[in-house]
Amino acid sequence: MSLKEALARGEFIVTSEVGPPKGIDIAEMMQAARMMKNRVHALNVTDNQAAVMRLSTIAACIHLKQAGFDPVLQVTGRDRNRIGIQSDLLGAASFGVTTVLALTGDHTVVGDHKEAKPVFDLDSVQILETVAALNSGTDLMGNELHGTPDFFAGAVVTPDANPIRPQLAKFDKKVRAGAQYFQTQAVYNAETFLGFMEHARCRGAKVLAGIVVLRSAGMARFMNKNIPGIAVPPELIRELENSANPEQTGIEIAARFIRETREYCDGVHIMAVGADHLVPLVLDAAGIGEVG
Amino acid sequence: MIVMRLKPIAEIREMVSRHRRVLLVGCNTCAAVSLAGGETEVETLVQTLRLASAQFGPATEFSGGMLQRQCEPEFVEKLDLEGFDAVLSLGCGAGVAFLSENEGIPIYPALDTLFIGAAKGLGSWQAECSACGKCVLGETAGICPTTRCAKGIMNGPCGGVKDGRCELGDRDCAWVQIYDRLEAQGRGDQFDGLGDTKDNSVNSMTCEWDMNPQAGGSK
Repeated sequence: MSLKEALARGEFIVTSEVGPPKGIDIAEMMQAARMMKNRVHALNVTDNQAAVMRLSTIAACIHLKQAGFDPVLQVTGRDRNRIGIQSDLLGAASFGVTTVLALTGDHTVVGDHKEAKPVFDLDSVQILETVAALNSGTDLMGNELHGTPDFFAGAVVTPDANPIRPQLAKFDKKVRAGAQYFQTQAVYNAETFLGFMEHARCRGAKVLAGIVVLRSAGMARFMNKNIPGIAVPPELIRELENSANPEQTGIEIAARFIRETREYCDGVHIMAVGADHLVPLVLDAAGIGEVG
Repeated sequence: MIVMRLKPIAEIREMVSRHRRVLLVGCNTCAAVSLAGGETEVETLVQTLRLASAQFGPATEFSGGMLQRQCEPEFVEKLDLEGFDAVLSLGCGAGVAFLSENEGIPIYPALDTLFIGAAKGLGSWQAECSACGKCVLGETAGICPTTRCAKGIMNGPCGGVKDGRCELGDRDCAWVQIYDRLEAQGRGDQFDGLGDTKDNSVNSMTCEWDMNPQAGGSK
């Protein structure tokens, strides 16, 4: 079942993500995907994540599609202008890859090709508008398409952004631009998240809470310091610090968050960040079984 | 003004190493005000290059001079290059290019041209304009998203904002500033209307601007 169908049926959604390799050996990526088989509705495929050059997202999505997954094609504006983005979207749709996630993309200077020209011809909102145009049977300039795609497009939001108001104003723009679902940046404070959900619910948006499984107090502190929009509360850091088995504690923290918030959102998006084996463990601990 | 910065001395020396008599030409408008190509900077660079040249040889002679503006015919006409086989321009890219167009000898840039900007304080400038040919400052509270946002995006802050700062760490987030200033000016409602895709064709198609084509070109 696709993400679109599962959301329409009101199921509690589980998504995760895989990163294409730097190179052409996809064995590890497919292995990570198989580990999550029957546990997730869809798998995001990152688009040269953190501006680090990797195998093409579309190619990786096609591999996953052929292996029976619903891949979520992440589309950023960093590396392609509006011609490239539309062309790639049509190419993906021709392979049946139609679940997409629109992002602006990390800046080239934070990646491994710092000297590359950053494109950013379209931002996340404009990519959503582009998808809407293609779905309506025309390109961005109003030229008619020969064969119309049927994309299911989502976007991202940061509930813990500081400051929050411009972030929410942009979230509203994404809703108006046709985002059918949202994945959030990792959230740890259920209260903050539920506050955000009130805002999202007023706009009729479907939201998957972002989960990054903490593996140590050091990791939590590192993310607080370096990752925009992530705020791990001090009491969770203490809990990890005092734990004899921080990885297990991290799993419990994630599971607890899911239990506390699942009534208020539409699902979770679990970002494994290099520890894919933790995804099924978190789901087990949260009492979420196989997906239909 | 156009803001410029001196290139590394080693790079400048390498550029002119094949020449015997090099004239350093300052530019008394933007370059002088941005403390990169005024009289003092020309004199300092002449002395520096003389020292560097004596140290590394073969000897090149360096002299200095000034133009009011390197980008206008009436000033460039006054340049006397008799006896020189190269020029090191302490002007912006336009100055280097315009001198090259009008003189028969090689013109080299001693400066890197950084941006169109404004003075923040003494010896400190910030980029304000990218000369895109399609100004939106009226809608963005006077803060240019093309210039001040590292990604030049048009719809509001990206996910890289951290405590109001850009993910690149070298500036405040332009979109948070735009949002705040629109609010402060009582026009916060305009934020939602921003976000048109940029018409890049204006920039691509504007390599000249001639108010009066009948009068002839720059030469």
